[in-house]
Amino acid sequence: MQLTIALSQINTHLGDVDANLEKHLANIKEARGAGADLLLFPELSLTGYLLQDLVPTLAHRPSQEDPAFGPLLKASKDIDLVIGFVDEDNRHRFYIAAAYLSQGEVLHVHRKVYLPTYGMFDEGRFFAWGDRVQAFDTRFGRVGMLICEDFWHASPPYLLWLDGADLFLFTSASPGRGLTSEDRLSVARWVEHINQAYASLFTSFVAHTNRVGFEDGINFWGGATVYDPNGVLLARGPYHEESLTVAEVDLNQLHRTRARLPLLRDERTALTRRELARILADKENDHP
Amino acid sequence: MSDLTINTDLARKILTSFIHTELSRAGFSKAVIGLSGGVDSSLGTYLAAEALGPEDVLAVRMPYRTSSPDSLEHAQMVIEATGVESLTVDITPMVEPLFERFPEMGEIRKGNIMARQRMIALYDQSAAFDGLVVGTGNKTEILLGYSTLYGDSACAINPLGDLYKTQVRQMAAAVGVPEEIIAKPPTADLWAGQTDEGELGFTYEEVDKLLYLLVDRRYRPEECLEAGFSAEFVHQVVRRIQRSHFKRLMPPIAKLSDRTVGYDFLYLRDWGT
Repeated sequence: MQLTIALSQINTHLGDVDANLEKHLANIKEARGAGADLLLFPELSLTGYLLQDLVPTLAHRPSQEDPAFGPLLKASKDIDLVIGFVDEDNRHRFYIAAAYLSQGEVLHVHRKVYLPTYGMFDEGRFFAWGDRVQAFDTRFGRVGMLICEDFWHASPPYLLWLDGADLFLFTSASPGRGLTSEDRLSVARWVEHINQAYASLFTSFVAHTNRVGFEDGINFWGGATVYDPNGVLLARGPYHEESLTVAEVDLNQLHRTRARLPLLRDERTALTRRELARILADKENDHP
Repeated sequence: MSDLTINTDLARKILTSFIHTELSRAGFSKAVIGLSGGVDSSLGTYLAAEALGPEDVLAVRMPYRTSSPDSLEHAQMVIEATGVESLTVDITPMVEPLFERFPEMGEIRKGNIMARQRMIALYDQSAAFDGLVVGTGNKTEILLGYSTLYGDSACAINPLGDLYKTQVRQMAAAVGVPEEIIAKPPTADLWAGQTDEGELGFTYEEVDKLLYLLVDRRYRPEECLEAGFSAEFVHQVVRRIQRSHFKRLMPPIAKLSDRTVGYDFLYLRDWGT
């Protein structure tokens, strides 16, 4: 089965959902024109990233009635979409979230489970922590979505793998940092390394998109990528520029790679669970 | 260990894009830049000209009567090479009445007055030219506090503030700043014969390597000794960073209410754009 994935690396207007929605709809049109079946937008694509006190004013509900999601759900009739937004639950907790829209329906919402709150990051100050990591079924197979810091930790991708995800969709608003003599920022190199590693270790497809532009002095580096189950790079977007990267994905590669390399078949989940339970129960392992 | 070499193509792409984006978001398309003829302001002028187009950049030369004639000539080379708009404002008649009012005034006070007078002239040109002031202070001088508060450090945006002096030189060479500007001893040119390195007591080459370990690589001071720096030098630099920190922050507001600017009223400058 062939799947055409489009990765949007847009710049956003900080706190202007209407302007960002307009750009989403233009990108959707362009992706459809390129024959894409699925289009990924970056983390917080409807709002911008460094929101601080804007967070409570920008929350949206992924439903037909919502002024931003109404048009997006309509646009999802013939192309699946991953949208980044601020999600507010019934008790008014705010989450960094990604919604998967398909054929006018919301198939899944992932709330970011790891909020970086160190160094230049302050997400835990403004957002609530998501509490679930779940794969879900789509017309292209079972999918797992994660947002930026979620996949800087190894456990969420691992859980999604065990929950049946063969296609990993990762989104970021990753601030550029680490200028060296290399041709890309060190953060870009790091993210590419781990995504290639996940594709290889989980013999799965890993698609990642990241926004571009600036917020005050912070740049975002773009560089969307798709890796196949062999860890081979199928497509890469430019660094630091808006772009729509389109990748042709042959989902039958899962069959061929796993016939050669049965890492999923041989994964010893019972052993993992037993040892994890022992490690967490054993106070002596609670190293000071 | 302290390899400060940078990919200048990547830095150039990010910095020109930064200048263009942040000026546009603030509602401007033009920049005003104080051009001394030194390597920092020369690089800033090259980058601004590339980002905005030379016709939208105004380079302002602001000599004092004792300023080195070389400075004016070097600034002229940059103006001609980049094709930016230019203006010369002699600050001598503006600052001397204040000098005369306080005849006991030493070089530091005079230097600060000159730096602040240049800020006044530059911000006035900002209004006249309808452009924002682009600052050119580098990471080394920001960390060492080697600038005049509300003087040369005053600006709307600063594209060079995360580049050490030695990286500024590398960038300057890559964008085509003339070699004699890059090679000359850096000076604030506030009095005759002043040089940065003479005043600081160490070279940029040396201090950049130390700052890179302390700041970028998060070395503890004692680890810098193991890395070969003298205890006296490390102590002097650490103390300088600490004592000049006030220059890197907005003045503290005494908190009284439930919501106070700076503490819990938090928005970026780019809010809504």
